[in-house]
Amino acid sequence: MTGSAADETLAVVARRIGEEVAGLHAEDVDASSRFPTETIDACREAGLLRALVSVEDGGLGASLDEVADAITELGRWCSSSGMILAMHTIQVACLVRHGGSEELATFRKRVAAEGLLLASATTEVGIGGDVRSSTCAVAARDDGFHLRKQAPVISYGEYADAILATARRTPESAPSDQVLVVCEKGRFTLERTTTWDALGFRGTCSSGFVLEATGGFGLVFPTAYGDMSSQTMLPVSHILWSSLWLGMASEADGRARKFVQGAARKTPGQMPPSGMRLAELAVTLQQLHDLVHGARARFAAADADPDLGQTIGYATAMNSLKVSASTLVVEVIQKALLICGMAGYANRSPFTLGRLLRDAYGAQLMVNNDRINANNAQLLLVQRER
Amino acid sequence: MDSVIRDVLINHAKLPVDVAGLDRAADLYTAGLTSHASVNVMLGLEDAFDVEFPDEMLRKSTFESIASIEEALRRLGVED
Repeated sequence: MTGSAADETLAVVARRIGEEVAGLHAEDVDASSRFPTETIDACREAGLLRALVSVEDGGLGASLDEVADAITELGRWCSSSGMILAMHTIQVACLVRHGGSEELATFRKRVAAEGLLLASATTEVGIGGDVRSSTCAVAARDDGFHLRKQAPVISYGEYADAILATARRTPESAPSDQVLVVCEKGRFTLERTTTWDALGFRGTCSSGFVLEATGGFGLVFPTAYGDMSSQTMLPVSHILWSSLWLGMASEADGRARKFVQGAARKTPGQMPPSGMRLAELAVTLQQLHDLVHGARARFAAADADPDLGQTIGYATAMNSLKVSASTLVVEVIQKALLICGMAGYANRSPFTLGRLLRDAYGAQLMVNNDRINANNAQLLLVQRER
Repeated sequence: MDSVIRDVLINHAKLPVDVAGLDRAADLYTAGLTSHASVNVMLGLEDAFDVEFPDEMLRKSTFESIASIEEALRRLGVED
């Protein structure tokens, strides 16, 4: 059973889902590049999909920190499931923090009551990966909106109950004048344009689609997407992704530690050759851990003092988090692989690290670190404070 | 001051609209100012008026209209 008890932390709930569900299916999810249905169902049942929604709206009223801890735990068992929970939670965070209209409030309650899974369509064909620019636009049609978007990627789009898409505010708006709009199941169609058969994160089913949707204008977020992006979407994305990578790195560390300890038991009094490497790995893992937790504290501080969240220092720090964490996760898993040697290289071994390493390489590419560094380079031209 | 600000916008804001015809209160972000271009606008203004925007002025709201830019410059001691 994966139902959550009131006195359990979300991390404990996620660990149990990991042990009892995600871990059992992770290999097949990876091999078949299929959606981790069992795990996401278990997350829904345990309340993880509605965790961030307030109690009065039917959610658990959890903090971002608590959900991040759960994602770290789940990431130890199935990176794809952890990534899906992270991406879903990012959308929920937008709804919780910016869903001002009556229709969005109603939708938020539905997310909690029905355990809806939310996906996102932010990139667009022909834009070159810049999520702060759109070609498609929200157009008026029959008392509501109509939107058609060519999305190079909508992760788990075919399994989502709603897709939050960016678009220009109106067909006359500038490319950067964007809004976020909720496209509800039953009111959108997806025409698949590419299939997802990738090195890692194979269970996220990140195919490309033409999304065509209609709905009421109340489902268009009232806040400009640019503001939602800097206040919520970007920092929350980087925090939750990094929390997931921390879980993956921690799992690799756990396997390496077990490997070294096994060797040590055979030769008490004599340091195994990989002992020093394990010490080095611990140094890198601590960097990643403290980086992620420092960023969470920074986000909480900005939440309490919105002015802090508007500083350039905050923006560059949240950007640096992603660049740094996505690099460190690969470093940690590579070090674990050197420690475990052929036992880590083998696919059928308790110390196997192949899937984790393949998944980890995605971290530097999903919003390419070059793009993030270029954004920071621009911001640093005017940043004043330390 | 208004015309120098407009010159900076023409050179650096990359707006898809005619800057000369922009209302002083018009929202520059709605007019197409990207966050990337807004940094160039800041740099252009600092050069044109020989000022340095302090950290607390480096906010989206400071650069949201010609009027708000002018107000910020006045606070930095720039006179017509």
